[in-house]
Amino acid sequence: MANIISDETIEYVGILAKLELNDEQKEAAKQDMGKMLDYIDKLSELDTSDVEPMSHVFDLENVFREDVVTNGDTREELLSNAPEEKDGQFAVPRTFD
Amino acid sequence: MDFKDMTAVELSKEIKAGNITVKEAVESVFEVIENKEASIHAYVTLDKENALKKAEEIQKKIDAKELTGPLAGVPVAIKDNMCTKGMLTTCSSKILSNFVPTFSSFAVEKLEEAGCVILGKTNMDEFAMGSTTETSYYGVTKNPVNTEHVPGGSSGGSAAAVAAGECLFALGSDTGGSIRQPASYCGVVGMKPTYGTVSRYGLIAYGSSLDQIGPLCKDVTDCAAILETISGHDKQDSTSVERNDTDFMSALTTDVAGMKIGIPRDYFGDGLQSEVKEAIMAAARKLEAQGAIIEEFDLGLVEYAIPTYYTIAAAEASSNLERFDGIKYGFRTAEDEGLHKMYKKTRSEGFGDEVKRRIMLGSFVLSSGYYDAYYLKALKVKALIKKAFDDAFSKYDAILGPVAPTTAPKLGESLSNPIQMYLSDIYTISVNLAGLPGISVPCGFDSKGLPIGLQLIGNQFEEKKLLKLAYTFEQK
Repeated sequence: MANIISDETIEYVGILAKLELNDEQKEAAKQDMGKMLDYIDKLSELDTSDVEPMSHVFDLENVFREDVVTNGDTREELLSNAPEEKDGQFAVPRTFD
Repeated sequence: MDFKDMTAVELSKEIKAGNITVKEAVESVFEVIENKEASIHAYVTLDKENALKKAEEIQKKIDAKELTGPLAGVPVAIKDNMCTKGMLTTCSSKILSNFVPTFSSFAVEKLEEAGCVILGKTNMDEFAMGSTTETSYYGVTKNPVNTEHVPGGSSGGSAAAVAAGECLFALGSDTGGSIRQPASYCGVVGMKPTYGTVSRYGLIAYGSSLDQIGPLCKDVTDCAAILETISGHDKQDSTSVERNDTDFMSALTTDVAGMKIGIPRDYFGDGLQSEVKEAIMAAARKLEAQGAIIEEFDLGLVEYAIPTYYTIAAAEASSNLERFDGIKYGFRTAEDEGLHKMYKKTRSEGFGDEVKRRIMLGSFVLSSGYYDAYYLKALKVKALIKKAFDDAFSKYDAILGPVAPTTAPKLGESLSNPIQMYLSDIYTISVNLAGLPGISVPCGFDSKGLPIGLQLIGNQFEEKKLLKLAYTFEQK
């Protein structure tokens, strides 16, 4: 495997991805990601120095509209899917002491 | 007459002629479901009670001649990543195990307006990440042709439901082959339209620049009718394209004489099962006999499509799946010690291995220091792949080849080696990168009796050419 993923890298990726991994899962993830990056490294065989990156296949333009509310009040419907609600709002665990 | 063997368009005709009621049609499909679902497991959710209620409402509208379209009264299934108002929508993930949408996706609304009856939601790879439907949190779906084999994926439940007669047709979504490959494995027709043809509003996003909704169905006529019904501009999706050529049923003709079809030599290399190759070449000869001009050519860059796809799709997935945080909907961990901890625990307990693998890869390729080397590089290769197709379509009306290198693998053989599994999408994936339409049509069986799929790829907005060729091929 050409790509060796360090403990620091997998720790950092865990923070970015908001995932908590135990030691066993971390080792597996390091192996997995190393293999995937080896595979993706195939792209470096291609000279793309004169190529513009293509994010969309069409020339998409921003779609603008007036900032006008068109839907009704759906607060109750939306809250019906919330794991926890309080006083008509989403409830979250405490963020600081 | 056995209504179960009919196509969607045929059944709707019988309903409109008064030879069968919508309720009878729905009940007869539920009979099949009750017989087969234990061995196939195509569905995550079924709602018979609601389907029967809808059937009566639709019958009244058909009797009053308010509903006269080609799909009026037809019982259908929806892949479980499309929101259905009031009906559980799980994406085959634990993290959405209790999510009941408050609105329906655009494509589902279009089907309801056309008088279709929704029977339930079909199983899939979790968040459409997989090629076998084995990454579903709710268990695997089996291939109705041979239950020791996978149905393909990620729209495996939709393909299996159609093949088993557990619905008349189904909607799927295709990010890298997720409609065409399961259609091929299960022996049904499947189509991914040009990017932007069907609104993605209400489709739970995986790779937003690649995702498209499309039909899985029994024949090409149904395919055209369904696509005509669900396509159209939608201001709720900023990538929705305004087209005035969505009368796809008008393409159901056999005048293919003079049409030029290119066969990419690089689709016939190592790893292609010989029986698949023979079936595809036989299909090409059949179209040639109808007057189409067949020519071999080199498409190029085929081996770069999968690494390009996984970089882009994983990057988009890592961003799209940020929203699953245990606050607004879905599963939340029982361990509730602080906000940040809750996010991490919820996601770690709620997502399966393949989803985590792609979120981590995506987070990595987008992170500072690696963005240019991986993500930007993939976007550049994408431009090269698009250019290779542009060159091909300057010479050809369509490209013809296999959908997948092999017929359906056995259950349990794919997940241990993700990169091997990704290879099953080698012929379908570049079509998504270039935003093109592609159709999968059954074209024979291997020696084990497993179906083989023919893929026809068209230039942007040229679905009609594909439908015409597929329709011609389908004729006896």
